[in-house]
Amino acid sequence: METSILKTESLTFSYPAEEGKEARLVLDGVDLDIEAGSFVAVLGHNGSGKSTLAKHLNAILLPSGGKVYVSGMDTADEARLLAIRRTVGMVFQNPDNQIVANVVEEDCAFGPENLGVPPDEIRKLVDDSLKIVGMYSYREHAPHLLSGGQKQRIAIAGVLAMKPRCVVLDEPTAMLDPIGRREVLETIKALNETQGVTVVLITHHMDEAAQAHRLVVMSKGKIISDGPPKEVFQQVEALKAVGLTVPETVELLYELNREGFDLPLDALSDEDCAQALYQLLKKD
Amino acid sequence: MALKDITLGQYFPGKTLLHRLDPRTKILLLVFYIVALFMAKNALGYGLLALTLVGAVLVSRVGFKAVLRGMKPVFFIVVFTAVLNLLYTPGQGEPLIAFWVIKIYWEGIRTAFFMVLRIMLLISCTFLLTYTTSPILLTDALEDLLGLLKKLRLPVHELAMMMSIALRFIPTLIEETDKIMSAQKARGADFETGNLLHRAQALIPLLVPLFISAFRRADELAVAMECRCYHGGEGRTRMRQLKYAGRDYIALLLGLALCVAVWCSNLLGVF
Repeated sequence: METSILKTESLTFSYPAEEGKEARLVLDGVDLDIEAGSFVAVLGHNGSGKSTLAKHLNAILLPSGGKVYVSGMDTADEARLLAIRRTVGMVFQNPDNQIVANVVEEDCAFGPENLGVPPDEIRKLVDDSLKIVGMYSYREHAPHLLSGGQKQRIAIAGVLAMKPRCVVLDEPTAMLDPIGRREVLETIKALNETQGVTVVLITHHMDEAAQAHRLVVMSKGKIISDGPPKEVFQQVEALKAVGLTVPETVELLYELNREGFDLPLDALSDEDCAQALYQLLKKD
Repeated sequence: MALKDITLGQYFPGKTLLHRLDPRTKILLLVFYIVALFMAKNALGYGLLALTLVGAVLVSRVGFKAVLRGMKPVFFIVVFTAVLNLLYTPGQGEPLIAFWVIKIYWEGIRTAFFMVLRIMLLISCTFLLTYTTSPILLTDALEDLLGLLKKLRLPVHELAMMMSIALRFIPTLIEETDKIMSAQKARGADFETGNLLHRAQALIPLLVPLFISAFRRADELAVAMECRCYHGGEGRTRMRQLKYAGRDYIALLLGLALCVAVWCSNLLGVF
């Protein structure tokens, strides 16, 4: 049976109105239900409300209207705050601003220390989570001497040490070079596949979004599309209308279709795309 | 001065006896040493203290060069103190040098020499502490030692947390300053020439973006800490537990012995 871990019900949010300005509605009736163990990408342009949505998922922001539930707990319930944050870990864009300590393992220990875990158990949690992200051999290093991708993996390990059931990543690769991006993305995928952690990846990179099981597209505070990436990316016009692009493979097939061909639009990998073109050529 | 030369809070990792001592022991030893330093009145006392420091530096293997490097920023103060003491210590008998308004007595030379020695020893032993103790352990130890003040409702945990975060962000902010400096230089800013006022003015376009970004960082860090369930010092555990070992008790006893020895040497009155 599929169980829901994150659930929002007609969630609305607006920042308090500044003087002489109207309050801007950032989230406008978001209904989202995320199953435990899934890998969901949330895609959207700047200002689409995707980061605001992320901040609602572990009670950093509280809804102006509607409800958010984290495995059944209402995020507005202050008594459950620690339980909620322990269930949903959060990773942000800039790794430098998330690392608290100046030794890698000390930073990893920060979460469990806050939760009052006994010292020898913390040791084990820290070692395990550093091994999952592949940074165990750097455990005694100073974070500021590591690369961006490595720092971000440490930030992920720091969250994992709290044994969360779900990890929300808010554009974790936006500040990284291509190598760092690949490292972090591999880590995220492994997290979902081998550890069974629910992953919510907020991003504006099409190729990252394409690797998720489910893709949610947001625009102007609303969900405009929701489904497996293969289906969502077929709505080329709808995506372009909100300022998003589609993966290059889909783009190519789409342009060919506009010239009168009849190709399937569900090729997300280079191989699939090549296959589709090969089939087309074979037919002629 | 290149920004990378800042040695504040620098730590040289190692496995020597001095590194392995409990950080609380090391802080207490430093206190003993400073007390002894201010008790010392004659060459025997100062000699003992100087020898102790030399011994400690040798044990720690950080090297005399590193310890001396820490002295650079206070060089001016040392010279200033020496000159003042040299000129203004009144003495008995004939001045050694009497020239215009300057009168230097034998006592002046003696006080100046001991003063300089005192400042240098004071700074070196403090640097030795930070060189051999990781900043995290240092703040942990401070938090523990100041534990008594918690009962007086002083925010000891918060202070220790602030200190460790400040230490954590020193390299990050230095890196950022370097970047902003390069960016401003690329647009023709001049940080190196001109008089003092000019140079101070040139710092404004450097400090404004630095401060803004520091505030932004602080904001993001606070959110990230909250996400990792930080809620103050209450109910918090530590991964690394501080534990006194046999060597710590021995070290503390030796520290006490040093104080007593310096006190005794005062009575002997050598030189």
